[in-house]
Amino acid sequence: MKSDTKLPEPCGIQEDILKKYPSKVARKRSKSIVLNDPKTEQEIQANIRTVPGIITQRGCCYAGCKGVVLGPTRDIINLTHGPIGCGFYSWATRRNQTRPGPDGDNFMPYCFSTDMQDDNIVFGGEKKLREAIQEAYDIFHPKMIGIFATCPVGLIGDDIHAVAREMKEKLGINIFGFSCEGYKGVSQSAGHHIANNQIFKHVVGLDDTVKEGKFKINLLGEYNIGGDAFLIEDLFKRCGLTLISTYSGNSSVDHFANSHTADLNLIMCHRSINYVAKMMEKKFGIPWLKINFIGAEATAKSLRKIAQYFGDKELIKQVEKVIGEEMPAVLEARKDVEPRTRGKLAMIFVGGSRAHHYQYLFSEIGMKTVAAGYEFAHRDDYEGRKVLPQIKVDADSRNIEEVVVEKDPKRYRLRKTEQELDALKKKGMEISKYEGMMSEMEPNSVVIDDISQYETEKLIDKYKPAVFCAGIKEKYTVQKRGIPMKQLHSYDYGGPFAAFKGAINFYREMDRTVNTKVWRMIKAPWENEPEITATFVVE
Amino acid sequence: MMRKIAIYGKGGIGKSTTTQNIVAGLAEMGKKIMVVGCDPKADSTRLLLGGMHQKTVLDTLREEGEDIDLDEIVKEGYRKIRCVESGGPEPGVGCAGRGIITAINLLEQLGAYEEKWALDYAFYDVLGDVVCGGFAMPMREGKAREIYIVVSGEMMAMYAANNICKGIVKFADAGKVRLAGLICNSRQVDNEKEMIEELAKKLGTQMIHFVPREKMVQRAEINRKTVIDYEPGHAQADEYRTLANKIEQNDMYIVPKPLEMEELESLLVEFGIV
Repeated sequence: MKSDTKLPEPCGIQEDILKKYPSKVARKRSKSIVLNDPKTEQEIQANIRTVPGIITQRGCCYAGCKGVVLGPTRDIINLTHGPIGCGFYSWATRRNQTRPGPDGDNFMPYCFSTDMQDDNIVFGGEKKLREAIQEAYDIFHPKMIGIFATCPVGLIGDDIHAVAREMKEKLGINIFGFSCEGYKGVSQSAGHHIANNQIFKHVVGLDDTVKEGKFKINLLGEYNIGGDAFLIEDLFKRCGLTLISTYSGNSSVDHFANSHTADLNLIMCHRSINYVAKMMEKKFGIPWLKINFIGAEATAKSLRKIAQYFGDKELIKQVEKVIGEEMPAVLEARKDVEPRTRGKLAMIFVGGSRAHHYQYLFSEIGMKTVAAGYEFAHRDDYEGRKVLPQIKVDADSRNIEEVVVEKDPKRYRLRKTEQELDALKKKGMEISKYEGMMSEMEPNSVVIDDISQYETEKLIDKYKPAVFCAGIKEKYTVQKRGIPMKQLHSYDYGGPFAAFKGAINFYREMDRTVNTKVWRMIKAPWENEPEITATFVVE
Repeated sequence: MMRKIAIYGKGGIGKSTTTQNIVAGLAEMGKKIMVVGCDPKADSTRLLLGGMHQKTVLDTLREEGEDIDLDEIVKEGYRKIRCVESGGPEPGVGCAGRGIITAINLLEQLGAYEEKWALDYAFYDVLGDVVCGGFAMPMREGKAREIYIVVSGEMMAMYAANNICKGIVKFADAGKVRLAGLICNSRQVDNEKEMIEELAKKLGTQMIHFVPREKMVQRAEINRKTVIDYEPGHAQADEYRTLANKIEQNDMYIVPKPLEMEELESLLVEFGIV
C-alpha cells in the first residue's frame, strides 16, 4: 500500500512476543512472525500445525468445507452427518445472503443434520443418514444434496460416499459426500480444498448449455457476506459482463454445473477457491485473473483488468463509464471521512485473502495497516504463487486428495491463443498469477501467520491500533483492551463493503468505529483508582 | 465387599470359556456373582445360560430408549449367576468400544452393582486385546480392580498378554487397577508351564493356575454348559474348581512391568527350543 508517512519502528516486537514462549515453541513461532521488507524475498512459515495449548484463531476442516464454501449456495441441501452441534454452529454464521432463484429453492434458512446419537455412534450411522436423505428429499425435493462428514463419522467409518451413491441411484438426483472430518489438515483450509475437489468432480461440467453473452465470467471466492456479491453483480451487469457463476455467494448449483462454459475466471479469495480455478484451467482451458473488489480503487483496477483482458473497445469504454458514475460519491465520502481517519493504525488478522484485501480500503482513507496475517493461508497467499514449487508437502496436506485433472477431449477450448496471452502478459497483465500480500505491505509492518491470543494482546499493547479486524473468537478480548473490533467474517451487523458503494459503507463505518469515545471508557473508573479508600483500624 | 475382576487375553484364547468355568466354580462355593460380557458377539454368558438368549444392553437401549429396567438386561443363569451382555454393532460398522463404555455406564446407572444384590464378584469378560479406549473401560477407576490375563505358550498369546500389561500400567498409575495373575490355558506347547511361569515372574506376577487341555471342555461347550455343570465329576471340573479357589484366596496384586520385545523373544528361544 502506498503511503507518504512511515510506520512506527517495530523495536523488537518479535523478540518481545517470543520471549514468553518455551524455547521449542519460540523457535517454531519465530518462523511465522516476519517484519515485512517488501524489497527482499522473505519466507514465512504457514499452513502448519498450531502448537497445542496456543489459543488459535483457526477453525476446522468441516467448517471450511460446509460453512465457508458450500454454505452460501441456496439450492443444495447441505446435510451434516454428525451430532447436532457441528451442523448448528456452522449454519448462517457468516451472514451469507442470497436471492431465491427462479425456482424459488432456498434452503439456507434451514439447518440439516442427521443429529447422531450415542446409538448411531455404536451401531453405525449409515441407516440414519439414508433416512435423513430420504426425509429431506420427501419434504423439499431438492436437485442436489451434499453430505458432510464430521469427526465421529470418520472415526466409526460410516461410508458416506457409498450411501450417497445408493441414494443418488434411488432418488435420481445428484447426491455426493465430502469427507471433511474436522480433524483433517491443520485448519479450515483443508476443508476448502475438499469442497473444491468434490464440486469439481460432481457438479462442474454437468450442463453444457452455452449462455448468451459476449464476455462470460465466473467470480470465484466471493461469499456474499452482508450482500457484497449483490453490488459486484450490479457492476458486472452495467459493464456488460455476463456472470455465469459465483463460487459461492448468491449462487445456485445450476450455475456451478454450467461454469465451465465461461471465458474467464476471476479469483477473489485465493486460498479458498484457487483449486477450482486451476482444475478448470487444465480441463477446460479457462484462464484466471486474481482480482479484488474490496476497495474502490481496487475495484476500478480489477474492472479495467477484466476489460483489458477481453480487449474489447466497447467494453473498455463501458467500464470507464461505470467507474466514472461511481467514483464521485466515493471521493466525496472519502473527503468527508479522511481528516478524521488519516494516519490511524489498523490490524487485520483474518482469512486467507481478506487480510490482504481490506488493506486497500484502509489505505483509501489514509489508515495504515501496521500488522496483518492470515488464519489458514499457505505461503503462496503471503509470498505469491512463485513459491509454490518450494512448498514442502507434509503429511497433513497429503491427507487431502489431489484431484488429477486432464484436458477434456471434447470441451477443452483455448479462450485465448498463446500469442494473445503473451501479448497481454507483455503489457503487464498477470494471468493465472498472484503476488501475495507481503509485497504490497509497507516496510516495518508485522506479518504473523496463525496469530494466537497472546500474540494479539502483545501487538495491541505495543501499537494501540485504532481498530482490530478478525473474527468472533477474538472480538471480545480485543474490545476488553479498549480497542474497537470489526469482524471480517460476518461484518458484525454491517456491510456490504465490496465495490464502490461498499467502500463508502466501510469508510463511514470505520469513521464511526475509530472515532467513538466509548472504547476509552471500557475500564471502569474504580479499576484505575479506587473510589473509596480505607485503612485498617487495628494494625 | 464385592471384588471386581476383568479377564483379558488374546482373541480365541478361551477367555469366555475359562471365565464361565471359574464363575461356575465360585458359584458352587456359594458365591454370588455377576458376569458382564464386553464383546459385541455377546457369547460370554452362553454356557451359564444354556444358550444364547440374552438380550444385550445395547439392543435393549436401542429398542426401549432410555426407560430400561435392570430386569430386562440381567438374566439369571446357572446357580443364580447374574448374566449381562453389553452387545455391540455388527462386524465392520459403528464403534464397539463406545458401545462398551455406554453399556457399562448404563449398568451403573441402573444399579447393577448395588449392595442389595449382595454380590461377591463381578466379572468382566473383555474381547481380545485392549485395542482402544472402549476396551479399557473395565480397567478405569471404579471398575475392575483385579485383572487376570488368559495366555498360552504361543508367541502371539504372550505378545498380547504383554500388551495388555502396558494398558494396565497406564490405568494403574492413575487408579487402583492391578494385575492379579496369568491363567495358562494350555495349547500343549513345549515347556509351556515353565515358560508362562517365567513370563509371569518377569512381569512381576504369578501364573495362578495351569489349565490343561482337555476335550471335555469342548464337549460341555457343545452342550451349552460349563464343565462343572455338564460333568461335575470330571477331572477338568476339578481344575476349574482349583482355579476358582486360588482366585478366591489370591492376595497378589501388582503393577506389571511389561517386557521389551527382545526380552519376550529371548524367552521363547530359551524355553521354546528343547
